[in-house]
Amino acid sequence: MSFRRLWRQFVNVLMLSLTGLCALSTVSVLLFILGYLLWYGGKSLNWAFFVNLPVPVGEKGGGMANAIVGSGKLLLLASLLGVPIGLLGGIYLGEFGGRTFSFVVRYTTDLLNGVPSIVMGIFAYTIIVLPMKHFSTFAGGMALGVMMIPIAVRTTEESLRAVPVTLREGALALGTSKWKTIATVVMPAAMRGIVTGIMLTLARVAGETAPLLFTAFSNRFWSPGWNQPIASLPVMIYTYAIAPYDDWHRQAWAAGLILLGLVLVANVGARFLVSRRISFRFS
Amino acid sequence: MVMKTSDESRPTERAAGATASWPPDIKMRAADLDFYYGGRQALYSISLQVPRERITALIGPSGCGKTTFLRVLNRMYETVPHARPDGEVLLDGEDIFSLDVVNLRRRVGMVFQKPNPFPKSIFDNIAYGLRINGMARRGALSEAVEKSLKRAALWEEVKDQLHKSAYALSGGQQQRLCIARALAVEPEVLLLDEPCSALDPIATAKIEELLFNLKDSCTMVIVTHNMQQAARTADYTGFFLLGRLIEFNKTAVIFKTPARKETEDYITGRFG
Amino acid sequence: MANTPITARRTRLPPRVRQYILKLQHGDEVAHLITLLAAASIVVVTMMLVYQLYSNSAMPRHKFGFEFFLGRTWDPVSGDFGALPFIYGTVVSSFLALLVAVPLGVGAAIFLSELAPTAISNSLEFVIELLAAVPSVIYGLLGIFVLIPILRTTVMPFLKATLGFLPFFKGPIYGVSMLAGGLVLAIMIVPFIISVSREVLLAVPVEQREAALGLGATKWESTWQVVVPFARVGIMASVFLALARALGETMAVTMVIGNDPSIKASLFAPAYSIAAVIANEFTEATGDLYLQSLIELGLVLFLLTIVINGLARLVIIATVQKGATQG
Repeated sequence: MSFRRLWRQFVNVLMLSLTGLCALSTVSVLLFILGYLLWYGGKSLNWAFFVNLPVPVGEKGGGMANAIVGSGKLLLLASLLGVPIGLLGGIYLGEFGGRTFSFVVRYTTDLLNGVPSIVMGIFAYTIIVLPMKHFSTFAGGMALGVMMIPIAVRTTEESLRAVPVTLREGALALGTSKWKTIATVVMPAAMRGIVTGIMLTLARVAGETAPLLFTAFSNRFWSPGWNQPIASLPVMIYTYAIAPYDDWHRQAWAAGLILLGLVLVANVGARFLVSRRISFRFS
Repeated sequence: MVMKTSDESRPTERAAGATASWPPDIKMRAADLDFYYGGRQALYSISLQVPRERITALIGPSGCGKTTFLRVLNRMYETVPHARPDGEVLLDGEDIFSLDVVNLRRRVGMVFQKPNPFPKSIFDNIAYGLRINGMARRGALSEAVEKSLKRAALWEEVKDQLHKSAYALSGGQQQRLCIARALAVEPEVLLLDEPCSALDPIATAKIEELLFNLKDSCTMVIVTHNMQQAARTADYTGFFLLGRLIEFNKTAVIFKTPARKETEDYITGRFG
Repeated sequence: MANTPITARRTRLPPRVRQYILKLQHGDEVAHLITLLAAASIVVVTMMLVYQLYSNSAMPRHKFGFEFFLGRTWDPVSGDFGALPFIYGTVVSSFLALLVAVPLGVGAAIFLSELAPTAISNSLEFVIELLAAVPSVIYGLLGIFVLIPILRTTVMPFLKATLGFLPFFKGPIYGVSMLAGGLVLAIMIVPFIISVSREVLLAVPVEQREAALGLGATKWESTWQVVVPFARVGIMASVFLALARALGETMAVTMVIGNDPSIKASLFAPAYSIAAVIANEFTEATGDLYLQSLIELGLVLFLLTIVINGLARLVIIATVQKGATQG
């Protein structure tokens, strides 16, 4: 009897400690990633990295200025496509939608969200790169833009639903039409949640490599306009990491640090925005 | 093509099928009004007349349909799917169901049970209705805001902090702000759905006083759980029970010499 | 206009139409239309996606038919394309990832939901969500420069020495391998399993735990025998979702898996996943058959993830319904 109890106690402590170990190891991985990147990436960061273009192998002082700008341009293009459609689609689902069509839209949005990023790249390739017969910033931006839509739709719809009915009724009771109520009362109240969602989805597509591999491709120079291939941070990291040159590895770490830094800042910032909003409500 | 609807001083339009003469002392009338939430009937054959420039109270136990009826008067039920009325409701002789709902809601304002100011400043809350309806130009806006706040007995307390957030006000102040906001668009009728139920007695007293002072320029219909409040403030009272209007008369009559037994039972606290 | 008797105009149109015209004037219908178009465009884009994948893989579908999925050779030179090595690589690496990530993830979720005080649970959860946000290529970077060397110099020789009699741990050690691919995937999907499982576990009613503890069970027994089974379905759903994610992962996998289209039993051997081969060979594909074969692989991947996601959703719907009837 007593032995059984001891055994059960032992199992109890053992298993619970194991679960703690699981949690600890998962968290350690992130801290390890951060630390490693900070160390190796930090060592390789210099001013040249930010302002110089890539140079031929063997030469010193190469940078990734074009990739930084490139990622910026791609994200801009992606937002131009993803944000309006995501926002308006979310407003449709949250404010106007009829039952069956809303179901279809939601299902399709979830489907789109689950599409592997490489398949998204194939899609952009078939509808933009093939007809244009060359890689372009435009194709890359479109691929990323389509990837932004599902999350933008979902956060917009959820943020709109979170606005209390009583606020809407207050506006309607003053003789406001439905769309004006949405535009002047509901949207402003939902704005924090929506902005958070957009920040998060931007952070996600900023780190995407696969869809760019055969749409925007890459480039070792500046890419003016929208019709040429363009370099981007993730693709550069990939290209440099698998290459056999130490200097390129160095730069890959630096780029990795920049990319991870941006992504984490966006995520933490978004979280911070949301939590502030909750405390504001209760004051 | 702009639909012109009558303004408050010209009760001359007639809806098809309405009675030929519209009594001048009546503002709104419901005739044989049923109401359904989907398959469930919530109101049965309600017929009552809301007197002009008086306070009418609707009393009754929880779930008796008084709030449902109130929300028909400014077609607020339309935000709920599967809710539909069946019957006639007239505003100055016009069928409200054929009017432009947006304009109807400007003419028939509403104050809700829980104060619901917008997440904006005090000034912007009041100005909102004015701006939306295009009712005041820049210079006139401050004047209109001041006027509404005075009518709602809130001006003295907030005149120096118009740009603070509405949420900084106390519950009672927020409710008076909502009243001011509703008054800003100069409604002909003001519907109040248990406006004091979330407030303390002092705040309640302040609101009852301002309602009394508003009577001369505004017809009011107030739903209340509080019989004493109805007795104190209302000129006319209607007693609702289980979706039916049991009795409607001058307040003094309802409370002193009710005609129906159900009314008497409710008044004397035998139930509800 | 102002003098037209309004009554006359009013009686001409039926009330519904009149209300509709009024709504139109207020701009509500326009707003409805604009948002509807945006929502419809999402549906259209998705349909286009499926169509493009299908129509641009016509050549290999006609040439190989069903044999495509059974073919073991991927030879661009001779024009013989078989998908089996990639299906094998994708499935095995994902399965391996689940093998590692599920116990780790569920364990961590149990810790966070049952043991840790709320503040610690929430802050750790925050950290884990950040893990989910790390881009794939960064995992790949660390995979190449940290994981592979560790595997090559320490872990794999150890496994070979101790478990070398098993077919999984035989053969030459390169570093890049199926094992590396599976491990990297495991790290990437663990955050999802933890987040969803933690939520599901937290949702288990307190009464369940109290019932077990009241009968004299230890904390672990109450957790493992009562709480986890109660949340079993939600945890399964999280596993499905993680699996769908793992199947589509491209960059980290292609950087560590070795990119060798052969089917071997050993986990030390390099392999190739569907996403990895598309990423590597798409831009160098000469000839339509080659390109379209890669696209057909993309179609396969797409269908796989739809099925898994669909299963996950079915599982969730089944739970909700079961919960509704039970509650």
